[in-house]
Amino acid sequence: MALLGIVFLLPFIWMLSASLKPEADVFKYPIEWIPQTLRASFNYHSVWFGKANFTLYYWNSIKVTALTTLLSVGVSSMAAYGFTKIRFPGRNALFVLVLATYMIPAEATLVPLFIIFRSTGLYDTHLGLILLGGFSVLGTFLLRQFFASLSKEYIESAQIDGAGHLRIFTFILFPLVRPAIATYAILRFIWTWNDFQTPLVFLNSKTLYTLQLGMNAFADRNGAFYSLIMAASVSAIVPLLIVFILGQKQVIEGISLGGVKG
Amino acid sequence: MKTSVTLPQSREKPTAGSRKRKRLEAGMGYLFTGPMLLGVLVFTLIPMIFSFVLSFTKWSFVTGFDKIRFNGFDNFRQLMQDEVFLKSLGNNFIMLLAVPAGMGIALILAVIITSHVYAPGAFKVIYFMPQISSVVAVAVVWQVLFHPSYGPVNGFLSALGVDHPPKWLADPTYALPSVMLLMIWIDLGVSLIIYIAGIKNIPADLYEAATIDGASKLAQFRSITFPLLTPTTFFLLVTGIIGNFKSFALVKVLTDGGPAHSTSVVVYDMYQTAFVDLQTGYASSMVMILFVIVLAITGLQWLGQRYWVNY
Repeated sequence: MALLGIVFLLPFIWMLSASLKPEADVFKYPIEWIPQTLRASFNYHSVWFGKANFTLYYWNSIKVTALTTLLSVGVSSMAAYGFTKIRFPGRNALFVLVLATYMIPAEATLVPLFIIFRSTGLYDTHLGLILLGGFSVLGTFLLRQFFASLSKEYIESAQIDGAGHLRIFTFILFPLVRPAIATYAILRFIWTWNDFQTPLVFLNSKTLYTLQLGMNAFADRNGAFYSLIMAASVSAIVPLLIVFILGQKQVIEGISLGGVKG
Repeated sequence: MKTSVTLPQSREKPTAGSRKRKRLEAGMGYLFTGPMLLGVLVFTLIPMIFSFVLSFTKWSFVTGFDKIRFNGFDNFRQLMQDEVFLKSLGNNFIMLLAVPAGMGIALILAVIITSHVYAPGAFKVIYFMPQISSVVAVAVVWQVLFHPSYGPVNGFLSALGVDHPPKWLADPTYALPSVMLLMIWIDLGVSLIIYIAGIKNIPADLYEAATIDGASKLAQFRSITFPLLTPTTFFLLVTGIIGNFKSFALVKVLTDGGPAHSTSVVVYDMYQTAFVDLQTGYASSMVMILFVIVLAITGLQWLGQRYWVNY
């Protein structure tokens, strides 16, 4: 079992080791798992501060991911609260409508969205990406279960005290569902950070590139410098690993709860 | 009037105050769900209708809206003779084999991890690594590992004495299986975690009773674990198939559909047609076919529930 785990990780170990070596040693056989000559600082320095502009891509990714996650958590948790705790005409029909759109694959709307974005000026902006990721239906489903499980008494007693829905949502229920919100936020963060398809279609300017596009462009341009490509790959993976290790429990819970992905 | 005692307040004759409260309540309902509804409308429903309309046109968005020309089912007829599209669709179906293969491995690992292993947390992280890493980085690493002449994979094979190791991603015969191998490697973590969750839900006394009756581990797996995991299995199968039909990033970065379209898939072909060849109408027809396939798989899951849920 342990052996199988190591085999499973070998590509990552190889990547890390290659990123620390001089180019000439990358393809030496047998593989030097522990580099004999270190050139780590040169490799990473040229990726981060050379022509590749990784710092800019990083900043773009951080900005898009953080704002998308915030928007998505806000919109989804509000909708989840509205669909479970407020009675209003057409509530069930509207919820079924939202449920039905979940069956439409995101890939099926790429072409018309591209045209809509071009004619509204959202094309080639970070705002466009943030809006697209922020209004995903999945969060509403995940969070709805949690809001539904909260007892009505919380709301009733707060209403007797004279609190309105906005107050109840912000100060009473939101803190109660914090674990669920954290789960969704971490998943949304990872998906947005990793998303390659949406930025590829909706971005054009190199200065707006997210890390995934930047990484791809970097690999295309530096086709022959494998040690640099590996240093770039390590750089692209590290933030995700940190988020994952910190939020491991939440990620695993979220995945096994809804069996979700994407 | 005995009912007036048990009915909640709201059913009483509406007074001015209660009507106002009701209106306010409804207003709050729309306020809370409004943003999501608007998002669904603008980013999903309207584009979907738009896409449906476009699928019956011959149009390139660069020519402007006044050049849209409706051509009925011509696009769909053309798709049925489009070799690249048919090849892509066929590849999607071949790639489905990766789903049960990956699930089988995940199930075996899940059983081992839940019953024998000392650090289940660590193993979950290890098997989750490829899923959590960026697809682009992972694809780039494998491009290098699979390099035909000096990649470590072939270095290892020739050290074992294999004279003509496959060219992997550069060889039309081996490219698709190589992509499928990577898909299994990437998605294993998700199936594994869902299987582990499923196994933990099986009551322990079933195994105790089976052990008392002298059932072997294998017999226990066959008659307890596997049957009780059928809902999980069916769920993973259906979501896996949908995921497979939507695969794009891996193919785009790893092979660009090549060599000779051997790894092209429907979404990749759609992307090329729409954003590289700029055939907006034709690409929309491909989208409709993708949508119908996903809808059919989802419908299957809906109908199937009755037969596989054995709680």
